[in-house]
Amino acid sequence: MTEENKKTLIIEGKEVEFTDEPNLLEVIRKAGMNVPTFCYRPDLTSFGACRMCVVEVEYPNGRRMINSSCTMPPEAGIKVHLNTEKTRRIRKTVLELLLANHDRKCLTCERNGNCELQQYAEEYGIKDIRFPDKELKDYLPIDDSSPALVRDPNKCILCGACVRACTEFQGHSVLGFANRGSKTLVQPMNGRPLGQVDCVNCGQCAAVCPTGALSIKNDTDKVWDEITNPEKTVVVQMAPATRVALGEMFGLKPGENTIGLMNAALRRIGFNYVFDTNFSADLTIMEEATEFLERLKSGQNLPLFTSCCPAWIKYLETQHPDMLHHLSSCKSPMSMLSPVLVELVPKYFNVKRENLVVVAVMPCTAKKYECKRPELGKDGRADTDYVITTQELGKMIRSAGIDFNSLEPEENDSPFGEYTGAGTIFGASGGVAEAAVRTAYEFATGEELKPVDIKEMRGTTNRSKTVELDIKGTKVTVRVVSTLKEAEKAIQEIKDGTANFQMLEVMACPGGCINGGGQPRSCDDSTVKVQRAEGLYKEDSELPFRKSHKNPSIQKLYNEFLEKPGSHKAHEMLHTVYNNKFAGSYKDV
Amino acid sequence: MTAENLHKIDTSKLDEIINQYGGKKSNLIAILQKVQEVYRYLPEDAMIYIGTKMEGLSPATVFGVATFYAQFSLEPKGKYEVKVCDGTACHVRGSMPVLTAIKARLDLKDGQMTTNDGLFSLETVSCLGACGLAPVVVINGKVYPQMTSDAIKIVLDTLLKEEA
Repeated sequence: MTEENKKTLIIEGKEVEFTDEPNLLEVIRKAGMNVPTFCYRPDLTSFGACRMCVVEVEYPNGRRMINSSCTMPPEAGIKVHLNTEKTRRIRKTVLELLLANHDRKCLTCERNGNCELQQYAEEYGIKDIRFPDKELKDYLPIDDSSPALVRDPNKCILCGACVRACTEFQGHSVLGFANRGSKTLVQPMNGRPLGQVDCVNCGQCAAVCPTGALSIKNDTDKVWDEITNPEKTVVVQMAPATRVALGEMFGLKPGENTIGLMNAALRRIGFNYVFDTNFSADLTIMEEATEFLERLKSGQNLPLFTSCCPAWIKYLETQHPDMLHHLSSCKSPMSMLSPVLVELVPKYFNVKRENLVVVAVMPCTAKKYECKRPELGKDGRADTDYVITTQELGKMIRSAGIDFNSLEPEENDSPFGEYTGAGTIFGASGGVAEAAVRTAYEFATGEELKPVDIKEMRGTTNRSKTVELDIKGTKVTVRVVSTLKEAEKAIQEIKDGTANFQMLEVMACPGGCINGGGQPRSCDDSTVKVQRAEGLYKEDSELPFRKSHKNPSIQKLYNEFLEKPGSHKAHEMLHTVYNNKFAGSYKDV
Repeated sequence: MTAENLHKIDTSKLDEIINQYGGKKSNLIAILQKVQEVYRYLPEDAMIYIGTKMEGLSPATVFGVATFYAQFSLEPKGKYEVKVCDGTACHVRGSMPVLTAIKARLDLKDGQMTTNDGLFSLETVSCLGACGLAPVVVINGKVYPQMTSDAIKIVLDTLLKEEA
């Protein structure tokens, strides 16, 4: 930065420098101050809908005006006043109007205690609402048709964050505005139930929703029922991304690895055995690396698409069924571990199958949809009985009265709890591809890969990366994308014949699973996902084994049970087929 | 989508309209107007088709545009589209009795827009800009000035006789 483009403005009497901040609100935050907002999300375009972030701007010529700081570009020389009589009065009126039209049954709301409307109403001391309440006849039905999300239009404040998330992340716009004026609604096409439209259940809409209008379907009661039933043996697995985010709900820093505390908390809650999805992430790599090398050899069905993300799979099944043959036939790590547990926990731990309950803790709302897919089960029972999100686990820990931070770290249960660094980086965009390449390289060449890190694949802010690799003379190009908008571009390249990559890793959430729809709320800070990813790569660098095929428990599982990667037994248990779900999708007109 | 309404709309006709406007998202309103001309309303499937076919749009977005503008109808309109002006001038000169008379003559219940035989549809519009002729009724583009409840009955009777 040169001296010339160093510009300053004054916020609350303090001189603040700014450079290329897109709006005044970012400058205010950088200066360590803040104003309330419902609709501004740093990862989405500014919308200026809620008018909560208004500030009073004083120009050098003495003119004063009220402006929304999220849409106003910073200007040199202006004085910004955050809390004047005017701005506070405007914010209070906005809050009163929103509250008058809001279903205020906060105590039974999924977002109770974690709602921006509730928070600002409290901070601004709203005690009296001058406007008449919403009439009973104007209440609309709650839509709980989706396996992952609940939409309550009576709690919507029309900030449009969900509509922007759906459009700008997934390029999909399942949610849109309908009608006009006081009749405006946010809803899927013509008010159809969310469970019956092309929603991929990524949950990014709920992640950016300031109120309880879009919330995660809460399955904790069902899990508590199983845990408190003495006949049941309840086992749990948790995804890589959950361990670096759960701590945020207990005051820890984003990215802090809490796996030891998590293990302890899960046992305190009453789970009988605590395993780890990282273990089956290693298993996924054994199968997927083998599959990738086979496809490279035969030249068929390239590029290979990774298949860990359930939102991505539903997207392909409904929007591009002609591309399904590109998908790896590997199940996701969660859905690989569950059938292994269902088969082996009864043998190893002397439990009856009918009394075994498998729970998964995921950063992801779409996993709630995945676990209900009929092909991921046996004899009419799903392999994974319940999926709860990181947020829901945090709530369970609180409700069990556990002081998370004072727990003593504990180990996972063996043998399905041991993992390598390759398994742990699955949680960040680029991690699956990096883990696959680490193993594929050694499978193909028989030589050790050095260095282990493939840093070009990493990074949560760049949503599309192309990395060229040299596997002993064979050139391999890998495309790593996050968000379905970027995935769609890659698909169009394949359809146009311009694609130059042999592997496509897709994670539907921006930055990967660490920023999943079920993670603790972080939509007001885009650096949180970066810190969470750093947490995973840090764990990876510290583990004794960093390549999936070096995991001793994985080797043991193959020796004793699965024979070898790609074997008949492995296919039966760890692979699946995808269904053309075009019929009934929007495109099927 | 059920099997029976799969073939309700002619997608090749929709393609033609979309292509006529270069498939551009900025032409969505013009495209919807053309579609409404063909079907006399915007069928749900047509909106879905346009939303999936055109880049940068989705069915929910198209629905949003269609419900934002009063000119678009999600219900089939009648062969005769009756528009009663209810701008200020027409209102004070008695547009409401005219509206009531039309509803009575066509046997339209509250909230019903189109007659059961699909012949007439009725809506009120804000100012048509013909205040000097208030109250004004427009039927399929033809302006009927200075209407009264008796006069509009004669107009409707004539149309009904032609259709009989």
